[in-house]
Amino acid sequence: MSEGTKTRTIKVDYLARVEGEGAMYLKIHEGKLEDVQLKIFEPPRFFEGILRGRKFSEAPDITARICGICPVAYQMSAVHAMEDAFGVTVDGPLRELRRLLYCGEWISSHTLHIYMLHAPDFLGYESAVHMAKDHRTEVERGLQLKKTGGEIMSFIGGREIHPVNVRVGGFYKVPTKREMQNFREKIEKARDAALKTVNWVSTFDFPDFEQDYTFVSLQHPNEYPMNEGRIVSNKGLDITAANYDDHFEEIHVERSTALHCVMKDSGQSYHVGPLARYALNFDRFPTDIQKIAKKAGLGKVERNPFRSIIVRSIEVLYACEEALRIIDDYQEPVEPFVEIEPKAAMGYAATEAPRGILYHRYKINEKGEILDADIIPPTSQNQKMIEDDLWKFVPQYIGKPDETLQWHAEQAIRNYDPCISCATHFLKLDVERS
Amino acid sequence: MNKINQKPKLAVWKFASCDGCQLSLLDCEDELLALADEIEIANFPEASRAFIPGPYDLSLVEGSITTPEDKERIQDVRRQSKYLVTIGACATAGGIQALRNLKDVKEFIDIVYAHPDYINTLATSSAIADHVLVDFELRGCPINKRQLLEVITAFLHGRKPNISRYSVCIECKRRGMACLTVTQGAPCLGPVTQAGCGAICPAYNRGCYGCFGPTETPNTESLANWLLDKGMITDDLVRLFRTYNAQSSAFKKESDRHE
Repeated sequence: MSEGTKTRTIKVDYLARVEGEGAMYLKIHEGKLEDVQLKIFEPPRFFEGILRGRKFSEAPDITARICGICPVAYQMSAVHAMEDAFGVTVDGPLRELRRLLYCGEWISSHTLHIYMLHAPDFLGYESAVHMAKDHRTEVERGLQLKKTGGEIMSFIGGREIHPVNVRVGGFYKVPTKREMQNFREKIEKARDAALKTVNWVSTFDFPDFEQDYTFVSLQHPNEYPMNEGRIVSNKGLDITAANYDDHFEEIHVERSTALHCVMKDSGQSYHVGPLARYALNFDRFPTDIQKIAKKAGLGKVERNPFRSIIVRSIEVLYACEEALRIIDDYQEPVEPFVEIEPKAAMGYAATEAPRGILYHRYKINEKGEILDADIIPPTSQNQKMIEDDLWKFVPQYIGKPDETLQWHAEQAIRNYDPCISCATHFLKLDVERS
Repeated sequence: MNKINQKPKLAVWKFASCDGCQLSLLDCEDELLALADEIEIANFPEASRAFIPGPYDLSLVEGSITTPEDKERIQDVRRQSKYLVTIGACATAGGIQALRNLKDVKEFIDIVYAHPDYINTLATSSAIADHVLVDFELRGCPINKRQLLEVITAFLHGRKPNISRYSVCIECKRRGMACLTVTQGAPCLGPVTQAGCGAICPAYNRGCYGCFGPTETPNTESLANWLLDKGMITDDLVRLFRTYNAQSSAFKKESDRHE
């Protein structure tokens, strides 16, 4: 960090408490913000190239390896895209089990972010471990809540990181009704912890900062979206996943090994993730969740990205309640999966990863081999949005010492729970050829 | 390993990876705070802004080497570390991204030179042990968190980690499960894959797909011949060996043999 008489640069060479390798660069000249860069230097892993020539059935396991924090999101987008290609619909108990698995990931991933990555910013600690010295009860509660999320993933998926039980068409093995019921008590406890989490995070101090975001998320006629729905925005967009490419585009930016996403019509950034889901689906929450959200100080739409921590806590509470509902309604399916007949086709799907829309597109040949794959993760979509936030937010703190300013700016990045490991792996082998 | 009253220092390093193996440390929900009482988490950017400079008593390294910068960086990590332990298939065998090693190199170079930004990407993804001395390799895609705790505890007490080298079959039998290959003819890498996962795939009614890499002295040839005899097509066999540990020597040799 250097401070000249006129020009200050604030550099964070390795952003902490985000998943993956990124850096931040701010340049301030005579009290005016001149440059903002969120740099992503994580090495690309070329997944879209790796997928070529693999069987359609391998996509859920291979794409899970893109991200250890949200492997279920990759598995869900992959299986739905494949089923779209082959004209198969998976419904009933199998659809519900997929939703339960996703609930586990939302609980686990969101709680990791709330307690271990984001809350320390609000309370002024370097990490959750430092925070535990003064807030042991809260940190322990967070760890237990996160653990239950992981246990749901292990129960349905076999393990919490890179679950093994997901296949195109359903699962390899499904739980019995009794096994499901045995899980109930744990989730009831988690629901209590989730409610306490809402109350806890709603007492934090939030910087005064709002943006007129273009929110984009899935929307389903009668449920809070996870695996299914149209892609909508608060500015009139309403499309299916198959039309995603007509409305969004990725731009290659020099400083980043990830691609920036913008809306094609406006060329502007857009916002995906909890704030977008919440704003576009508030009325899909059960009434009690709506009341708790209001009591926690949230409106029907929340435009302050720092308050995303409250929205995440509401989504965790919802995921616990939804998990209980699925367990109570569960009827064992006749078969653990629907048979798949591969054919030459295109398949598209978007599902709601904890961090927002995760889009998959595959081109399959008649043997069921992947000819082409396109995967657009939420952090790649939010990357430009994060920079846009910094352009507006940093000037509010420009008079503060570098250390303070830097921490505030880092916190503004962490609002998005960026997953850089995800965002980086999507350099398309063909797009970049001259 | 340290002066009295001084906690041993732990560092966690990331190379090309999915973050899942280092996440396993944060997934030790019941032990994390107790662990933090015993050791100093000196460098773990995913979890903390705090950074304490080296040297470190124990470095956990996740991810594979895929760029010239990372080739240098791993040397620096080694210099600062008393013990260096790799965690997971990427660090131990190059990971899923090592499948690029099999692609046409020329095609890859074309891509590299089309955009100067990519010149820094190496044509291969390689294991940490190809670059520096590694004190212990913990297998898995992802690693098992119980095994991770065992490795950390062992190194901090100066003893050898108690990690079994036998195959998934042993764990499968211990769970009392019927063999999927024998009873259903399911392709299963269990006989040639190192244990550690708890045989979860067979427990969920699918064949093992080799996350933990080859076991000690694996007879891959016998298994491959048996699977071919049972009607598996060669392309599928090659793909079975070429996933998360494709570059580990036994799996590589077997897949190359059938190409």
